[in-house]
Amino acid sequence: MKLMRCPLNGWRNISEFTYGGEVESMPNPVTDASDVWAEYLFFHQNPAGLVHEWWCHTATSYWFIAERNTVTDEIIKTYPTSELFQKRVDFSQEEST
Amino acid sequence: MPHALIKYGLSRSYPGHRHFNSRKELKDHYDVVIIGGGGHGAAIAYYLSKYHGVKNVVILEKGYLGGGNTARNTAVIRANYLTEEGVCFYRDSLKLFRGLSNEFGYNIMWENRGQLTLAHTDAAIRSFRWRAEVNKHLGVRSEVIGLDEIRELVPMLNMSEHARFPILAGLWHADGGTARHDAVVWGYAKGACERGVELHQLTTVTGLDIESGRVKAVNTNRGKIQCGCVVQAVAGNSSVVGRMAGIHLPIHTFPLQAMVTQPYKPVLGPLVSSPQYHVYVQQTSRGEFVIGGGSDPYPLYNTRSTLEMKESLAAAAMEVLPFLGQMRLLRQWAGITDMTPDYSPIMGLSPLENYYLDAGWGTWGFKATPICGVTMAELIATQRVPDLIKPFSLDRFYQFRQINEAGATAASH
Repeated sequence: MKLMRCPLNGWRNISEFTYGGEVESMPNPVTDASDVWAEYLFFHQNPAGLVHEWWCHTATSYWFIAERNTVTDEIIKTYPTSELFQKRVDFSQEEST
Repeated sequence: MPHALIKYGLSRSYPGHRHFNSRKELKDHYDVVIIGGGGHGAAIAYYLSKYHGVKNVVILEKGYLGGGNTARNTAVIRANYLTEEGVCFYRDSLKLFRGLSNEFGYNIMWENRGQLTLAHTDAAIRSFRWRAEVNKHLGVRSEVIGLDEIRELVPMLNMSEHARFPILAGLWHADGGTARHDAVVWGYAKGACERGVELHQLTTVTGLDIESGRVKAVNTNRGKIQCGCVVQAVAGNSSVVGRMAGIHLPIHTFPLQAMVTQPYKPVLGPLVSSPQYHVYVQQTSRGEFVIGGGSDPYPLYNTRSTLEMKESLAAAAMEVLPFLGQMRLLRQWAGITDMTPDYSPIMGLSPLENYYLDAGWGTWGFKATPICGVTMAELIATQRVPDLIKPFSLDRFYQFRQINEAGATAASH
């Protein structure tokens, strides 16, 4: 059994978790062109090595970030999203500038 | 008789010959450099050298010929897809498979077994009717069949109404079949090498020299090669090699696990698949039952096996074909699949002028081997994208014109 440490619930069987895609910053919905959105939606880094990803502990619907090595299948660390996002992103503000 | 046998075996002019003769050293320049010595790479080289007179071709393979996903797939050949683009493409591939042994003068052990997909829900029956109509319209034999016909085709199926998901109907694809996957790549490589193509195994591409939108040279662990053009045919490593060319691809790479039992007498004719249970089973011509299923739950470049996947695969196989519970497992393995968002391949031109893509082969690569060779060779030789692969261009993702291939194996949507 492979274990993953959920920042909220501690060590759990990896089958309790759902993989949610690479961490990428979302384009601006107002100003960015459709090809930027295509890149964001479909294209991935898909590295052979270290990757930062969204994961969810399915049973508690708790989303967090995991760092994994995709070659060795090792989970390096997991942490809550609060460590990633320090401030709220306000799109209406960007639009006016 | 024994005397003659010993004499034959010890003779210096022993008539056995190597299939894949190549120069020992890499040349300085090749017109076409094919990265990846699997079925696709070998097929491209074969059709280039045989039908287009392009013979200054090299296949660079970091491991050994056909040692990647060509050896790891479950050798299912079918054309009962859902999109028009997909059906036409795999239909032509299937036609080529039928004639491949004659084409090579080398037995690829093609067997027209027929393929049976099982429906366990009303929604699946509706999608089967849709698939059957699309298939028939495009000249592929598929039909929705009832329980009596299913019983007749595969008497060992668990037809109980009390199963976890009872069988309600089937999609019978009479054209489906299987072939020896190793023989396919060996046949292509043999034919290509006989016409002057060089196969260099244990040769890793380490980088590409790119100048003003063209690949000038390919760097390998055995030195630098100047090139006319480059094709990447590296299923399982498409993103990694694409990145060397500065090309970003819409791919996520997942392992797909499979396993095989010891050989038994031939009892299972058709290839059986159940999308609901995420399992498919076929008996090889050697008598082994090959069992495959869905992709792993998260991306990885690692062919390790997991107990969870093997357990669910075995449970699902036994649910569909209970007699498999008495079989002994022989081997288990995983292949690395480059999954695209729309379950269709990425073929054809790339942002670089002389760099061609043959990528995103997910779980549908082996069955496309011959048609991929034909179309990619035509593209390289004539510089025109064949109609059959136009819809599979990389551009489709920027134009939001995806080919949503819900008929693909492991398409879990």
